[in-house]
Amino acid sequence: MKFRKMLLASAALACVAMPIQAMADTAAKKIALSNNYAGNSWRQAMLTSWEKVTGEAVKAGVVAAADPFTTAENQATEQAAQIQNMILQGYDAIVINAASPTALNGAVKEACDAGITVVSFDGIVTEPCAWRIAVDFKEMGRSQVEYLSKKIPAGGNLLEIRGLAGVFVDDEISAGIHAGVAQFPQFKIVGSVHGDWAQDVAQKAVAGILPSLPEVIGVVTQGGDGYGAAQAFDAAKRPMPTIVMGNRQDELKWWKEQKEANGYETMSVSIAPGVSTLAFWVAQQILDGKEVKKDLVVPFLSISQDTLDASFASTQEGGVANVEYSQADAEKVIAEAK
Amino acid sequence: MRKILSSDTIRLLIPALSLTILLISVFYLQPRAMSYTGLNLLFNLSVPIALATIAQMLIMTVNDLDLSMGTFVSFIACVAATFLQATPVLGILILAAAVATYAAMGVLIHVRNLPSIVVTLGMSFVWGGLAVLILPAPGGQAPEWIRAVMISKPPFVPMAIIASITIAVVSHFLIMRSSFGVILRGVGGNARSVERAGWSIIRARAATYALAAVFAILAGISLVGLTTAADANIALRYTLLSIAGVILGGGEFTGGRVSPIGAVIGALTLTLAGSFLSFLRISPDWQIGAQGAILIVVLGLRLLLNRLERREKRA
Repeated sequence: MKFRKMLLASAALACVAMPIQAMADTAAKKIALSNNYAGNSWRQAMLTSWEKVTGEAVKAGVVAAADPFTTAENQATEQAAQIQNMILQGYDAIVINAASPTALNGAVKEACDAGITVVSFDGIVTEPCAWRIAVDFKEMGRSQVEYLSKKIPAGGNLLEIRGLAGVFVDDEISAGIHAGVAQFPQFKIVGSVHGDWAQDVAQKAVAGILPSLPEVIGVVTQGGDGYGAAQAFDAAKRPMPTIVMGNRQDELKWWKEQKEANGYETMSVSIAPGVSTLAFWVAQQILDGKEVKKDLVVPFLSISQDTLDASFASTQEGGVANVEYSQADAEKVIAEAK
Repeated sequence: MRKILSSDTIRLLIPALSLTILLISVFYLQPRAMSYTGLNLLFNLSVPIALATIAQMLIMTVNDLDLSMGTFVSFIACVAATFLQATPVLGILILAAAVATYAAMGVLIHVRNLPSIVVTLGMSFVWGGLAVLILPAPGGQAPEWIRAVMISKPPFVPMAIIASITIAVVSHFLIMRSSFGVILRGVGGNARSVERAGWSIIRARAATYALAAVFAILAGISLVGLTTAADANIALRYTLLSIAGVILGGGEFTGGRVSPIGAVIGALTLTLAGSFLSFLRISPDWQIGAQGAILIVVLGLRLLLNRLERREKRA
């Protein structure tokens, strides 16, 4: 270990002394972020985290540039064009939050063929030459039902709020929820609506289906829809079920108010928007010559009754509970995958 | 001077000029683009857009508007990445059925005198639904042959440029030079006189819609060739892009005044405008607005030109 450290130190020294020597060093490398959408609190937080963390990294001289780009419209074709532009701009690595796991494969392949490192996160791409930092969305869905089974062992009827139809994250979380229901058969999904991960859409959708539903004891969600669901139940004057939240500030605020007023209990789960910074460090590590497995898993961020106050305090108005990652975190995730 | 430059030529001049200016600015900002690979990367995604724009232009020739273009191309992309790849015969049958549906749409719009916007908007939900049914989750695989065509590297001129020129030339001859094209434009310009001259308007409309479907199908297939896989929402943007492309290229919403070459140039301009802004490193918050500003400038030039043209006529 000591020997390795010495080796590293001397290597670093050699780099400083002889910049021409082709040692692993990312100071001259340029990384770009290709983002497909910026229209919700989660994505805004993601971009803010990126700018904060990469801004410091650029200042410290770890990389030469880390420019974020967002497409004007959330469309795969536009993002494919954006990636092709990045190839032309001569970036060394492209970090992608993809509009579609498959529709960008052509552009990603072009980038790989041009010798560019491609790291996808959150919205991952299936092209084998790219790295993937995926969230175990299935587990995210299943854990909600598991939590409910502990809270309400007798079981009962559940309402499922899904995301945007045709998007794979929606399919994955929903598959996880259904797997959870299969595991804990005392629960039954009596209704399912699409809330599009937006409070207003979720509220309308839940209000629409509520009159046709028997008593609901729990609402399983995908994030960004819990507060809307609560409003719908409130407006319909139905008993408030246990609604699983998705780390959004408005959801946490409502939960905290309910907790203080009547001891309301639930959990909240989502991925931290700061996962963009993890992807950045992973890209940097790959550029640095580290061997990194193509598929990495990032843990999701869950908030429990006990951690609610702390999480709420650190979450911005209109934002999402967040964690930003460091180079050391990335090294840890990479090491765990080996 | 007036005799040398017909108004149609002037119409084509503005889009061609805006494309040239954009291209020069892009080359200035990013000299790397000035190469075989660079040009291909800049323009290969505009091939399906150009095809969809021609499809939209055909519909606009007969004074209609197709609001289902984006979902239809997405649907075709899904078919191409699934049926056309796995069971080509079934795939071709589905595509043929899609063409027939378009022709039927044209007949329906004509016979019942329905606004095309309403019918195509309705159909857009049908296409969107079918696309999600075929590919509930993104996936599928592009047929080998189309993938090979789209990534082919012909000598000297990149595939994207050859394809764009071919699309422009073929559609120009089809619409501006053939007798079929004359009837089409006649239906848009003055349907009654075409009818009095003994042509069947209903047949012309059906043929226009069917031909538009063929171009849209080519758009969907070439898109899958580029992306390698499909997604039910892959081409939603094409509805507005195709309309904007036609207008940018010197077409009009009514009167059968269209220009196929202009439409292809319009599609290329739209694609290039995106690249231009991204090379300028405009912050994402401003990009949507800037893209709109480029459109407004080009259309403003058009308006100015129209006014000059009218003044000339009066003089």
